[in-house]
Amino acid sequence: MTIESTYGSRPARVGPPPSDVLLEVRGLRTYFKVLDGTVKAVDGVDFSVKRGGRLAIVGESGSGKSVTALTIMRLIDQPPGQIVAGEVWFDGRDLLTLPISELRKIRGGEIAMIFQEPMTSLNPVLTIGDQIMEAVLLHQDVAKSGARDIAIRSLTDVGIPAPERRVAQYPHELSGGMRQRVMIAMALSCNPKLLIADEPTTALDVTIQRQILELIKEIQDRTGTGLLLITHDLGVVAETVEDVVVMYAGRVVEQGTVEEVLLGARHPYTRGLLNSIPSKGKRGHRLAPIRGTVPNPFRMPPGCTFEPRCPYAWERCVQEEPALIRLGSGGASRCWIHDPSSRARLDGYDHDTEVLPT
Amino acid sequence: MTGSLEDGTLDPVGAVPVTAPEAAGSKVRLPLVQIDDLKTHYPIRAGILRRVLGQVHAVDGVTFDIRRGEVFGLVGESGCGKTTLGRTLLRLEKSTAGSARFEGEDIFAKQGKDLKQLRRRMQVIFQDPVASLNPRMPISDIVGEGMLAQADAKNGWGKRSVRDKRTGDYLEEVGLRREYARRYPHEFSGGQRQRIGIARALALSPDFIFADEPVSALDVSIQSQILNLILDLRERFDLTFLFVAHNLSVVQYLSDRVGVMYLGKLVELADVEELYRRPLHPYTVALLSAVPDPDPRVRNKRLVLTGDVPSPVAPPSGCRFHTRCWLRERLGNPENCTTIDPEFRSIGEGHQVACHWAEQVPMSVVAEAVPTVDATTENPAAVAAEETPYEPPVVPDASMDGPTAPAV
Repeated sequence: MTIESTYGSRPARVGPPPSDVLLEVRGLRTYFKVLDGTVKAVDGVDFSVKRGGRLAIVGESGSGKSVTALTIMRLIDQPPGQIVAGEVWFDGRDLLTLPISELRKIRGGEIAMIFQEPMTSLNPVLTIGDQIMEAVLLHQDVAKSGARDIAIRSLTDVGIPAPERRVAQYPHELSGGMRQRVMIAMALSCNPKLLIADEPTTALDVTIQRQILELIKEIQDRTGTGLLLITHDLGVVAETVEDVVVMYAGRVVEQGTVEEVLLGARHPYTRGLLNSIPSKGKRGHRLAPIRGTVPNPFRMPPGCTFEPRCPYAWERCVQEEPALIRLGSGGASRCWIHDPSSRARLDGYDHDTEVLPT
Repeated sequence: MTGSLEDGTLDPVGAVPVTAPEAAGSKVRLPLVQIDDLKTHYPIRAGILRRVLGQVHAVDGVTFDIRRGEVFGLVGESGCGKTTLGRTLLRLEKSTAGSARFEGEDIFAKQGKDLKQLRRRMQVIFQDPVASLNPRMPISDIVGEGMLAQADAKNGWGKRSVRDKRTGDYLEEVGLRREYARRYPHEFSGGQRQRIGIARALALSPDFIFADEPVSALDVSIQSQILNLILDLRERFDLTFLFVAHNLSVVQYLSDRVGVMYLGKLVELADVEELYRRPLHPYTVALLSAVPDPDPRVRNKRLVLTGDVPSPVAPPSGCRFHTRCWLRERLGNPENCTTIDPEFRSIGEGHQVACHWAEQVPMSVVAEAVPTVDATTENPAAVAAEETPYEPPVVPDASMDGPTAPAV
């Protein structure tokens, strides 16, 4: 993954990214204008996924991770939503400027999406087979019988026993894990180049979650599909992807490889998250939670959005919003603590803070 | 009660005498809650005559004690009966069979004034902080309602001023401001609402709290605040918890002892350290193996269970886990797994397991699958069997040509 500095507001690149980059999101901003004001759900998000690469966007509720995914597919209701700025380069095209007819060919075809709740994303009055065939008939030049064969084959691929029988069944006849497999089968039936999975295992039990994660990884390895995983679970991140983007209150606060972010977290928020997780070795000790709560979306702090909860914050953080700063140790972090002028404050912040020139 | 109790062996950890409660003598040594072969079944009714077509075996024969002052963690996947078990203890569901005692007294036999007193002493924190607070009531009424119901001449809770004072005190106790009592639930975040739910339970000065997935609806950063609060309050108010959760990391962090449930039955019970260091039941091992670890260096070999949890309406014969069991497969599918329900037996050090073949669990395989298990760990059941050999039950009239049928 290439991480470009967004120091200032200057776009990192102009025009399409190099051909080995499957998806590149630049300066994305999605706002919702509602009665009480404007919610800046996504407010400056940049990242990219290489062909066949695996990237996770991790964040808590309200961080804007799901809105980011929906914006990529332009599935935001406008109004109240509005994609205010940004570019979404997918396979050489900017999805945000593409005519809607062109975009429809990509949705469900070249880019497939799996949602969190498999029951509500499947149509209860259509059979499993009909729902998979709908996408196949729309995106591929096959007859109905051919589409049925493809549906059966994709159900086999996701490990559903007796797929010939399952195609005639309705969603309520399947368990939660099976429904999520059907969603994956549907997503994969058109051989997508990119799979967006929005909390694909959150509604599932841990042993079933394990089955689904293994399945996604196995299919991804086999087909070379790029993966954009949206999750709140750092455990799932560590086991599934190569690169991570950490979001907080609509902004990317840290990005890098899984090792960089989870082993050597640089941003105070990422550190706080990792310290909040009860895990082995923490028994008997008090956890170190992040104090306070996520800011009210109508009253965002003027400076750094994490400042009210940050143990390291000082005056500058209250006044000025930091940019995403590229770091010598790899990746990037949106915190004044990395700024050269803040060196004097770094006492006790135990990591390599070499900052790369922009 | 359980196998260990019938053997007359002592539980060395809690030094709980393994005798009938009447013989225990002093009340201090008595476990706070004793559950014996508890069953809760729900009838399935259909048609205009509401005829009973079957039974959901939500809790199907569970036996264990909860010691005074401990946090007993109960884990299992959805539908395993862990919530029903807690609700049955609190008389929120009707038990079908078996008994449960609170300080030695039968919970299910209580009536009238005694039952009301019991309800005050056994409180609950619910999973969903949004659904469990009435949106039309100010916090003062939500927290005060229980006190009003329990008011008598002695505690004076019938007086509004007494209740309001107490409500304010407990709101402060859970880290909220007294003034919040005037506000309504929608004005609070999820974490704050869960604090209100905790204050509501605490205001009745309970001895025992059933915490039903209290943090699973919360974000990670808020979840840790609530977990810390529960630990603080436990010390401060000398509380005993039955903590039900599906998140094994949370249970490990909070509990003193842990019970693992599968399809209405306990399959393993041990001290928390023991359970995570030497898990023995194949289901526990799979459950621990499935937990995603946020440390990218941990790359354990996953034991992926095949298939889904069977229906509790018609649980599998014999051992309920046999349809998904990896150990059974390794052992060449012994016949007793499918025909004989394994006894929940003691294998020493307060460690109980319901598996015919616990002695055969290869710890090297377990260590590969579970990051908390050391590769040099010995199988505790196999060690115990050196002194008192254990013979798995044999299927009557079965031919002896099964691949792993023990030689008799």
